[in-house]
Amino acid sequence: MDLTLYVWRQEGPDAKGKLEQYEAKDVSPDSSFLEMMDIVNEDLITSGIDPIELDNDCREGICGTCGCVINGIPHGPQKETTTCQLHMRQFQDGDSITIEPWRAKAFPVIKDLVVDRSALDNIIQSGGYTSAYTGELIGEANNTLIPKPIAEYSMDAAACIGCGACVAACPNGSAMLFTSAKVAQLAVLPQGAVEAAERVEEMTEAMLNAGFGNCSNHYECEAACPQGISVKFIAKANREYIKAQAK
Amino acid sequence: MILDGKCPTGPIENSWDKYRFEMKLVNPSNKRNYKILMVGTGLAGGAGAATLGELGYKVEAFCYQDSARRAHSIAAQGGINAAKNYHNDGDSVYRLFYDTIKGGDFRAREADVWRLSQVSNNIIDQCVAQGVPFAREYSGLLANRSFGGAQVSRTFYARGQTGQQLLLGAYQALSRQVKAGTVKLHPRTEMLDLVVVDGVAKGITVRNLTTGAIESHWGDAVVLATGGYVNVYYLSTNAMGCSVTAAWKACEKGAYMANPCYTQIHPTCIPQHGDQQSKLTLMSESLRNDGRCWVPKKAEDCEKPVTEIAEDDRDYYLERKYPSFGNLAPRDIASRAAKEQCDDGRGVGPGKRGVYLDFQASIDRVGQPIIQERYGNLFEMYEKITDENGYKQPMRIYPAPHYAMGGLWVDYNCMSNIPGLFVLGEANFSVHGANRLGASALMQGLSDGYFVIPYTIGSYLAGIKPGVITEEHAAFKQSREEVESRIDKFINIKGSRSVASFHRALGKIMWEDVGMARSKESLTSALQAIPKLRDEFWQDVKVTGSKVGRNGQIEDAGRVADFFEFAQVFAADALHREESCGGHFRIEHQTDDGEATRDDENFCYAAAWEYKGVGKAPELHKEPLKFENIKLAVRSYK
Repeated sequence: MDLTLYVWRQEGPDAKGKLEQYEAKDVSPDSSFLEMMDIVNEDLITSGIDPIELDNDCREGICGTCGCVINGIPHGPQKETTTCQLHMRQFQDGDSITIEPWRAKAFPVIKDLVVDRSALDNIIQSGGYTSAYTGELIGEANNTLIPKPIAEYSMDAAACIGCGACVAACPNGSAMLFTSAKVAQLAVLPQGAVEAAERVEEMTEAMLNAGFGNCSNHYECEAACPQGISVKFIAKANREYIKAQAK
Repeated sequence: MILDGKCPTGPIENSWDKYRFEMKLVNPSNKRNYKILMVGTGLAGGAGAATLGELGYKVEAFCYQDSARRAHSIAAQGGINAAKNYHNDGDSVYRLFYDTIKGGDFRAREADVWRLSQVSNNIIDQCVAQGVPFAREYSGLLANRSFGGAQVSRTFYARGQTGQQLLLGAYQALSRQVKAGTVKLHPRTEMLDLVVVDGVAKGITVRNLTTGAIESHWGDAVVLATGGYVNVYYLSTNAMGCSVTAAWKACEKGAYMANPCYTQIHPTCIPQHGDQQSKLTLMSESLRNDGRCWVPKKAEDCEKPVTEIAEDDRDYYLERKYPSFGNLAPRDIASRAAKEQCDDGRGVGPGKRGVYLDFQASIDRVGQPIIQERYGNLFEMYEKITDENGYKQPMRIYPAPHYAMGGLWVDYNCMSNIPGLFVLGEANFSVHGANRLGASALMQGLSDGYFVIPYTIGSYLAGIKPGVITEEHAAFKQSREEVESRIDKFINIKGSRSVASFHRALGKIMWEDVGMARSKESLTSALQAIPKLRDEFWQDVKVTGSKVGRNGQIEDAGRVADFFEFAQVFAADALHREESCGGHFRIEHQTDDGEATRDDENFCYAAAWEYKGVGKAPELHKEPLKFENIKLAVRSYK
């Protein structure tokens, strides 16, 4: 299949960017979106043009490195699918595709489609953990029973890959889905409940300090999330936050 | 030279405890004076950096990814082993030790494997304390499943995302130390040289992948936890950025590369779709708990729809060849069996390079919802990639390069032959022998990171004075200049071919001549073809753009250039090892029914190679392997 691409090119964080037009020729419908980009880049390199920079690594949909806004949708048209797992059979021969970076105040562009997401790390560093130090006698794992539904709920939240699509999708550039998923995962487990109040306060503060907006219930985040993380975790985090404030 | 693994002596059951009692300690208030550089933040590096930070050392951690949460440990799906014996099925530390030694085809060090088995249970406790949401039974107890090469159910898992959850646990522990100020992170930073002063590792030279700046970092010890090298095959299940570069830089400075020919070709990967393929995707081995591998008995049936192939016309080859382990035969054996069927003209799918993995019998037995609960995300992933529904028709799978059992040579302390240079996880060669069992990589990474390096590095640091050599030393300046000049060279070649085109060509040589079945002929031919291609690379590669700012081509060029040198040591190792064992299969050394034939008399040693420079043959050093607890035996899964 042949496609026309409009790709965001930006030299550096302070440079002005613009959309450039490229052609992608002879792409197999079984190729992934990133393999299509490889073909375009290979052509650019041989004709002496700098290739399009984009972050990607595992190409299995789990590391959370890749991500661009494809035809206006973070990670593109397929539901619950990262950019790397999107395959060209989702497009038609002759289609035009617009490709842009995540756009959010907290994610400055580094180059082309590459953005700086270290603000997400800052949120976890503020308190997104249990304070369990490494030790051999930390406690036999099966001494603390965790009901299966609780373990499943926790895992649903923990599945977040930290790609930042939720932020890119949100009109407020909020990282509430990301933040709340970690808050909820740990709050429901006996191991994480001990520090739940401090955690939700510190993480919320870190999120706002990093330049992310707040949540006003658009649910765009859930729609864009490649792991299908539910907005119910935002409700849970809000509840945890109010509980913490009341303490 | 005969190498000494410095293993503790005496009864193996007490070896690790005895070692820990006898080792030297660093006073708690002195720890903050020592700086440790951790390269890589996967399971081994992340866990190690976090734990060393907790102990009070000053730690700086480096990764090429944009965040410490993204290392390729994250992609491990199936699970992590531990000898908890929760299911009363006869598991024990001794059995895990035995299974690992046997699974590795008797090419690993006993003491290291014992230690791994002993701490396996601590790892589960540790991860649960961190809030890792492992799968649970309705009772609230932890759930288990089975993996290849074991007859007990000892694998703990978090859906099909176990590696992700364990890595996030380690990343969160690491984040806690960042907040505490003991660990400093350097994401988007790639190590491009090891700085050695008077024979001792004292620092690294790195490239900031955002700005392009070349920077020096000194440390009282350098720890490499930089993963494996199977991207030398170009197509593999590794992430795009995985490379041998950090390990290779250590080799250039004198570290020995051990057993590079032991590579794991994983049996359950999604077959290649065509020439535009950029990487391969693994489907967890856990699928073989409920999936049955088969091909048609008759070659003429291969093109037919599955529904038209009668039950009697299907060859469930693993169940036929290995009745006691069946579909849970270890990886090396399952991969070779799949290749055998395809070589026999009975493969399925494009190019007839595939076998079926069929869930129908299990769906009939337990129902689709249960299968969906166990492997739902894997079926979804399969469908996204192939556009086929694994519940309705069997999956198609084919082996693909997945894991490196070989790696930098280390002693029992995880220290390489360069004092002060430690190596953890997949990057070292220590515990998996010639074949790794499923769910043991995560175990090793976390074992090395949480429970081994925190002890062994102390023993080394207690013997040196901290902070004596810093970035001011001339060796750092020289290293930076060398790194700079190589980058200039890439840019100035201005040839006609992209880096990727060279990587693909190297991968083709490696897969065809140094792949699943190797011979003297194929290896000799590879050893001629690789340097030829390497020379072409240095004359004709095209790297556009500037060395200032982000430029992915410079990263790729450096990695591929290192793969060229490494590939020759790899092929030389495979050529010298005149036996078949585990993932190393020499067609000259097999039984009449195609099983590997080991040669314990001549090859019961770890082969550690010393790099001698471009165009020179590497020098072999041997570490003899002693089996005092488990008797050397023919490895049978029949």
